[in-house]
Amino acid sequence: MDNWTFGMTMMLVGLGGTFLTMGLLILLMKVLKKVFPLGDNAGRHNKAGR
Amino acid sequence: MIESILAGLSGLLDGSRYLVSQGLPNLVMLFVAAGLIYLAIVKEVEPLLLLPIGFGCLLVNVPLSEVMDTGGIIKFFYDIGIITEVFPLLIFVGIGAMTDFGPLLENPKILLFGAAGQCGIFLTLLLALALGFGKLEAVCIGIIGACDGPTAIYVTTQYAPHLLGAVSVAAYSYMSLVPIIQPPIMRALTTQAERVVVMTTINPTVSKTTRVVFPIVVTLITGLIAPKGLPLMGMIMLGNLMKESGVVARLTGASENEIANMVTLFLGLAIGGTMEGHAFLKAETLAIFGLGFLAICLDTVAGVLFGKLMYVLSGGKINPLIGAAGISAYPMAARVVQTQGQLYNRKNFLLMHAMGANTGGQVGSVMAAAVMLSVLKGMGLI
Repeated sequence: MDNWTFGMTMMLVGLGGTFLTMGLLILLMKVLKKVFPLGDNAGRHNKAGR
Repeated sequence: MIESILAGLSGLLDGSRYLVSQGLPNLVMLFVAAGLIYLAIVKEVEPLLLLPIGFGCLLVNVPLSEVMDTGGIIKFFYDIGIITEVFPLLIFVGIGAMTDFGPLLENPKILLFGAAGQCGIFLTLLLALALGFGKLEAVCIGIIGACDGPTAIYVTTQYAPHLLGAVSVAAYSYMSLVPIIQPPIMRALTTQAERVVVMTTINPTVSKTTRVVFPIVVTLITGLIAPKGLPLMGMIMLGNLMKESGVVARLTGASENEIANMVTLFLGLAIGGTMEGHAFLKAETLAIFGLGFLAICLDTVAGVLFGKLMYVLSGGKINPLIGAAGISAYPMAARVVQTQGQLYNRKNFLLMHAMGANTGGQVGSVMAAAVMLSVLKGMGLI
């Protein structure tokens, strides 16, 4: 594989892969915030206290 | 009797004789060592790293020094911590324990700045190839653009160990120069109207459970996509899980302090040990320093340009300056953004948003390295 092909492959797949993975992590963070909304810990503490 | 005295005296003069006959590169490197020590002590430029690196450099360049020979003290540190990659990984546990992903979790889309901030890695890789470096060497030089010392050391140790000294010194030096390198680029690429954009304050919306689950899920996801980078991401997320769980305060404290401090000392000495004059003083070292500088400039350019794109897409709600924080120099890059923002609008507090982009840069740099390693493996180059 020549240097140009290698460099462009790294650029496209490497940078593209990084952006895609970060996009996936953004979705994941949004899901986590929906599944565990603020207040869930407080709710649990209240139940434990009863 | 006289002969043995003369032989003994001759032994004492061997070092000086070597210095005169073939020690010019060592002499130059002794000045470099003095420069690093000066920067660390007088200018306080990354003193935790540059002081031991400078002293390691000094030790290895004393004529006839045996510290990097088999059995030598620095060779010992090099073998146990650098060749095995243990030192950068242990430092990552400490970094994870010190990092607060809260601002990033509050505003997840800001993570994209952390990806944009890695463009410099790939552009520099292309430049290094154009300058005639080998493929794996170019990858290791490009990784300076991650602005992330441990990642640069981790990758270079594996794939271009002969460049370790130059790459790591360049990475740490330029990281410390972020407050000098970034502002002119930020000013050149933004308009007055963009620089004064006030970003709304962030209201807390993240639960403790989210903070605890986040490092575990990130480890699993990134491990699935880029398994070659799992040790890097795994260690940073382990440190963060320990911090967020709050149940292992002693381990968190040790990771942040004792372990990180001890490893930093050994790591610095071992890196300094790779800077022996005859091996270090080459044209390629200068080229690596030049490319490393370009890498960090290009990261900043890409980050700010991406910020301008987000400014347009958000209808002018995002200040493009925060794009400059999408690199791994934490929290220095975020502070630069805050300072620059306040220069143009005293009532503007960009710090929390910049911190989010900055932690995104930390994740992004590790992710970029992990993706690169997995792509290299896919191409059969490693």
